[in-house]
Order: sequence, then C-alpha cells, then structure tokens
Amino acid sequence: MKVLLRNPRRELEVEGPVRVDTLLQRLEIDRGSVLVIRNRELVPGDAELADDDEVEVRPVISGGA
Amino acid sequence: MKCRACRGPAVIDLPAHNANFCVEHFLAFCRDQVSKAITKHEMLRPDERVLVAVSGGKDSLALWDLLVDLGYQADGFVIGLGIGEYSDASTGFARAYAEQRGLTLLETSLRDDHGFDIPTAAKATRRVPCSACGLSKRHLFDRAALDGGYDAVATGHNLDDEAAVLFGNTLRWSTEYLARQRPVLPARDGFPRKIKPLIRLGEREMAAYCVLRGIDYIVEECPMAAGNKHLRYKEALNAIEAESPGSKHAFYHEFLARAVDRFADGAPAAGEDGHLGACERCGAPSTNEVCAFCLLVERTASAVPVSLGETRWARR
Repeated sequence: MKVLLRNPRRELEVEGPVRVDTLLQRLEIDRGSVLVIRNRELVPGDAELADDDEVEVRPVISGGA
Repeated sequence: MKCRACRGPAVIDLPAHNANFCVEHFLAFCRDQVSKAITKHEMLRPDERVLVAVSGGKDSLALWDLLVDLGYQADGFVIGLGIGEYSDASTGFARAYAEQRGLTLLETSLRDDHGFDIPTAAKATRRVPCSACGLSKRHLFDRAALDGGYDAVATGHNLDDEAAVLFGNTLRWSTEYLARQRPVLPARDGFPRKIKPLIRLGEREMAAYCVLRGIDYIVEECPMAAGNKHLRYKEALNAIEAESPGSKHAFYHEFLARAVDRFADGAPAAGEDGHLGACERCGAPSTNEVCAFCLLVERTASAVPVSLGETRWARR
C-alpha cells in the first residue's frame, strides 16, 4: 500500500495487510501525535489496512501558540 | 474498537478519556467539551458576537465550525502573514471554508496593509519570527474586534497549547505569565475580551474533528516555527501522556482550579504595572507613547523584504 507521511512530505510502499497500530510501531511513530486516514476516512488503531489502500499518516502537532 | 456511547464501530480512541467514539458521538463529544468550557468559564453569552482568529489550520477552523454549530454569531478574521507560499495556502483554506459555509471572513495583509511581513520583521528586529507574529496577531485581532463591535475574540488554543505554555512558564517560574494564563481575559482598557473555548480538547481531537467534518486545513507546519521551544515542550508532554493518559488535562485544569489565583494575588493589577494610555499613532492601548506594533511597522519600513528561499513547505 502507499503510505503518505508529512513534514516532510514523502511516500512509502508498505506491504499489507497490516494493523494501523503495527504500522505505526514499525515506522516508530507515536500513536498520540498522528491520525491515520485511509481513502479519506479516519481509522482506529485496530483497523486492518489492505494492500491496495491509500493511507496517510497525518501529524497533529502544530507549533504556534 | 467500539463506541463508548452506542457500541457501533469506533473511528477514534481517546486514551485521556478512556473512550472510543464513532463519528456521530465523537462530534457530539467535541461540541459538549466546547460548550462546557464556555459555560464553566463564562466565555460567551448566546446573544454575543464573536470574532474567531482564523489561521487556516485545524484548530481555528474547527473552533469556528464548533461555535457556529453551537449557535453563536461567529465571524472569522485572517491575517496574511507573508510567510511565502505557506501563508498563501493557509489563507486559501480559511477563504474556502468561509465560502463553503457561507460565513463572513474579514481579512488583512501585513505586507499590503502595514508594509512588512513576518520574515522581514524577524530579520529587522533580530528576534525569533514567532515574536513579531504573535505581536502582530494580538494587535490586529484586538483592533478588528473593537472596530467591528464584537464582544470577544476567540482563539484556537487547545489543551496541548495551553499545557505547553504552562510547562514553559512553570520551568522558569514566570509568575506574571502564570497569573495571566486563563482561558478568559476580560475586556479592559481598550482591549476586547479574549476567550479560548478549545481548552478541553487536544490537537489530535481537533485534527480528527476537521477530517470527520470535511474541513480542509493546512497540514504542513509553519516553516518559521520548526524547532521552537513550544514544539519541544509539546513533545515532552506527549511522552508523559503516552505513559500516563490524562496528565495534560490534569496539569492544566488543576492549575486553573487550584493554582492560578495564587499567582494572581501577587501580580500587579491592570494599570498598576504602568500607565496605560493610547498609542499616539494608532490609538491602541499602550504603556508607551507608541505601541509595540507601530514600532514594529516603523522598524521594518526601510527593511529590504526577506525572501524565504526554499523551505520545507516549498519542497513538499
């Protein structure tokens, strides 16, 4: 599956199926600092991502105060 | 994962609340949290007009959406900060949201209306860009609210923002800042009331709210904010939160409940820390003859505009 990462923007190819929380562990990304969006829909940690899914791992931390 | 409210499939887990929610109940949860914050801290009455400080990011657009959804008369105000393509894109998201929802968006541009932009101001003042940015935003939001007859300015500071600011103020025991770190600052001496209705919601919730409501926002980080102290404090607090969910909420809300008044007791009252007059150039409240914003305009007037060059944003 295609996985879009941000800041900086880049794309990875990851083999599916894989659970969302497993994917984040593999990428060493803190679950609390991102949203995972599949085909424009939000998915929870226990969702299984298929090989043909388009996935975005979107960071949620912003720097302004 | 099942929704805590209806046992249907959940789309988001909120460890701090020990809860998972489906779309419908997550959106209701966000509305409830904002409603609770407004009521508890007496931020707004139902008949009051509020100006939302909009950046094009997730927090301010979610805030605007939530306030309108809760029935408040909320208009938006966006400032073109002149941070290259990043600012153009941010303003574009604010305009698109307002247009789609049929809402009123007021606009100003630092470069077109005041003769400078944030990168140029940072160079001219030799201070971090966030300093000139914050000063300009505060001044222009205040002025727009007063000129437009709004009862309050609402900003999208969320729980993560407030906890990070509190963390920084506590590390340095900045007692005057601690005394003022409240979710409502009443109107006084020519300043409008300031409110922060998102103090019960974190930034992950705000990003999720936007995705679920179909609100497009600027996801990329401000190229000038990268590596700032505020971001480092957030990362430190997130590491604590991962081990102990609910820590950020307890840190900030227990501060409001048990500590902020103790700092206020020792802080100078309004007006005691210097005579507050009117800026001789723009009329804004100021302890000096010329306010900090007009001084910034003056210092940047002869500066050569700074080109941002290639930024993370431009390389996307």
